[in-house]
Amino acid sequence: MKQLDLRRFPGFFAITLLCVVVLYAPLMVVSVYSFNASTSITNWGGFSLDWYVDVFTGPESPKFQRAAMNSLIIAVLAGLCATLIATSAAVAMHRAGRFKGKTATFALINLPLMVPEVVTAVASLIFFTAIGFSGGIGTILLAHITFCIPFAYLPIAARMQSVPDSYEQAAMDLYATPWEAFRLILLPLMMPGIFSGFLLAFIISLDDFLITNFVKGAGVETLPTAIFGAVKQGIKPNIMAISTLMLGVSVVFVTLSWLIGRSGQAKKP
Amino acid sequence: MAAMAPGGASSSEIYKGNASRLLLPTWVVIGVFLLVPVALMATYSFLTKEFRGGVIWEFSLAAYDQFFLDRGLFGDEPPKIEWTYITIFWRSIWQAGLATILCLLIGFPTAWFIATRDARMRTVWLLVVTVPYWVNLLIRTVSMKFLIRDEGPLNAMLLWSGLIDQPLGLINTNLAVQLGLFYSYLPFMVLPIYAAVERYDFALSEAAADLYAGRWTTLRLVILPVVKPGIIAGCILVFVPSLGAFLAPDLLGGAKSFMIGSLIEEQFKGAAGNWPFGAAAAMILMTIVMIVLLVYARSQTREAKA
Amino acid sequence: MTGTVINIDRVVKRFGTFTALHEVSLDIAENEFFTLLGPSGCGKTTLLRCIAGFEPVSGGQIRLHGEDIAPLPPFKRPVNTVFQHYALFPHMTVLENVMFGLQRLGWSVVDAEGRAKQALELVHLSQFLKRRPGQLSGGQQQRVALARALAPEPKVLLLDEPLSALDLKLRQAVRMELKQIQRETGIAFVFVTHDQEEALTMSDRIAVMSDGHVQQIGAPREIYEAPANRFVADFIGETNLIEVPVLGISDGMAEVSLPGGGTLRCPTPLSRAVGQGILSLRPERIDLCPASEADLTVIATDQVYLGTDIQLKAQLEGGQEMTIRLQNAEATRLPERGTQVGLRLEAGAARLLSA
Repeated sequence: MKQLDLRRFPGFFAITLLCVVVLYAPLMVVSVYSFNASTSITNWGGFSLDWYVDVFTGPESPKFQRAAMNSLIIAVLAGLCATLIATSAAVAMHRAGRFKGKTATFALINLPLMVPEVVTAVASLIFFTAIGFSGGIGTILLAHITFCIPFAYLPIAARMQSVPDSYEQAAMDLYATPWEAFRLILLPLMMPGIFSGFLLAFIISLDDFLITNFVKGAGVETLPTAIFGAVKQGIKPNIMAISTLMLGVSVVFVTLSWLIGRSGQAKKP
Repeated sequence: MAAMAPGGASSSEIYKGNASRLLLPTWVVIGVFLLVPVALMATYSFLTKEFRGGVIWEFSLAAYDQFFLDRGLFGDEPPKIEWTYITIFWRSIWQAGLATILCLLIGFPTAWFIATRDARMRTVWLLVVTVPYWVNLLIRTVSMKFLIRDEGPLNAMLLWSGLIDQPLGLINTNLAVQLGLFYSYLPFMVLPIYAAVERYDFALSEAAADLYAGRWTTLRLVILPVVKPGIIAGCILVFVPSLGAFLAPDLLGGAKSFMIGSLIEEQFKGAAGNWPFGAAAAMILMTIVMIVLLVYARSQTREAKA
Repeated sequence: MTGTVINIDRVVKRFGTFTALHEVSLDIAENEFFTLLGPSGCGKTTLLRCIAGFEPVSGGQIRLHGEDIAPLPPFKRPVNTVFQHYALFPHMTVLENVMFGLQRLGWSVVDAEGRAKQALELVHLSQFLKRRPGQLSGGQQQRVALARALAPEPKVLLLDEPLSALDLKLRQAVRMELKQIQRETGIAFVFVTHDQEEALTMSDRIAVMSDGHVQQIGAPREIYEAPANRFVADFIGETNLIEVPVLGISDGMAEVSLPGGGTLRCPTPLSRAVGQGILSLRPERIDLCPASEADLTVIATDQVYLGTDIQLKAQLEGGQEMTIRLQNAEATRLPERGTQVGLRLEAGAARLLSA
């Protein structure tokens, strides 16, 4: 007689497979079609790398390259700034004991996650217009830093929570000054969290379309806004090539952050 | 035990009193670039519109009036309720709700299946389900559009196989928007439910089976109530961003699927150009979201106390 | 014993409205293995953390060789700690961990390495220099923590329940080793534990604490045989606490009347006569005897088989319960349940304490 397995429900595996199919089918199809030799996006005309060549040398390539460069610069800077701010905040929230306004600060850090994206976009546009910032990379950067802070904070704070403060106490007991205790003990132990925080903020910045589209002003494009503009005129094969390249970058980043997260866990006692 | 002194003063003394210095950047950045803008937006919703964008600094309830009341073409008729925008909001709530249910129906079995694998397969499955989330949202939505277009691969395949004899006509429908939202936010449903199921004590299932409950009875009477916090968290995490979503309705939906996000965007980027009205719509959206979050937070604290 | 190394003078520690230490005073001598013993929440760990400098005191002074160290931060106190869960830096090797304190004190890498290796030799861990703490067993981690704290040759070594994370067998072996290392190094150890057996086997002197007060300070034998009050008698070992009327007290001896008639003379820390007292009777110092020679007559109610011992439960006249511990010898004859039994109190069995 077959043992009754209480963990199994008939059909759950099938639904999981369906879920995976729905998640991957669109990306797979676009990746495959990005290698289509035909200019038509409907028919298959054989394998070719033409559209990848087009991305780097074609008539639209300068526009996309500039947009990609902007995206990259903004994502790196926003990621770095948000990580610095979030690290400092995490130290205060997890090491400074109780202080006045702690709960309010916690709510403030998470505020960008709670306010709907389109509301943040509208509010930012109104604010930047009111103070006379008429768009450009600087404006986009400020907006990105703001909404990246909670994303950077999450893994850093989680990591910090798993580092007991007895390590720093042990360091001070062994004649380390507070600065040495931070630099030699807390910082290295927090590093995996800080790195994940940066990666997360970086990807979130790279991902953003809506807020960027509101505050960017005329003439400045990031990769998502440039792609959106192009898609409005119809999906062309070069867009599929760009999409496939970005898909590749995302997969590399996720794998990287996963590996780092794992090595961070392995180091835990 | 003994290391934890009463009163919770166990944290090291190093950073005591430095909290405000360490938090200053956070306060300044989020305060100046989010809190102040939202306050300014609230103010704008009570100002008079300037044609071609911007505002005139003169108090006015015109934006809210326009949202809720219909005073006829020339504004001189007795006010009736204006249904246009309420309908858009209602449709958005409806769409986001259906997308949430879709996520739950697919996400719960998926989360359950993953959480009941052994430790190594669990990480693999989790990675499989979360990787698409890290792909740019715009690209995912565009890919979905490409796949389900009338001339797209999905219809081509179904036509070729003879299952259908004309395209499904999925694109520009409400279903397409729900599919897009599902695709955008599914991991938000799977992850909290997964976390709840992982903590679930299977001795409870054994006890239920011992007391003559069948598989599905156990699911209904024991498992679902126990993992409910995870399910509710997942639903909120999907519903809230779906409500204000812009890309999925804009790219996948037609005119009949017009949602809040597009309505607001139109006031600032499009031809309509009515900033106070856009600000008012954004305020109403934010109020709805805050009410949902508040009710959720309340139920959480009540649960924690119980 | 030579001079005093640490002098704790009316130290008070408050956490908000809660007072963890009430004017605690005690001296720790050079070269001494001193134990702070008490149940959880008694303030022993708090006192240790005050000495280490992790908790600022709310009042009183802590003097090290006569100098008040209460205002100094932990990294300026020549005192080192072995933490309860060791707190070994997980991102450093064993050797780096042990070198850490020396380098902070400004030692050169070469010198620090030499001393660190010596310290690791002392705890028999020389073969694991390049390992990470995570790769070591619990017992090995405990030795690294010990070596790390000993390497800078502190004036006092503080140990916060360092054996509590080890399993029973290992714990017993490490006790003797710890005591030996203390003798070899000649450093004063202040050892915090809630385990009375640990305290009794290792310590030169023990301070028994409860509710933020020091109840008694003394050598292990003194604490066990001559408890100062009801708390100490009850906390250290097993005892029967029986309420009795006191007839008189003089020269450290008391005369009490026993339930069921008869009187008893026994030692007491009390100096003035009181109406009622608590008589502490150690169960292992009571024996069965014929009713005619008995100090006390009881009715047997139950028995518990413990292997080496047999516990006899009995009821005194007047209803008070007591326990007697008998050695499990071939000849031991146990009384039937409900029968009368005569008991003889051996020397040192009884002590009168205040109610």
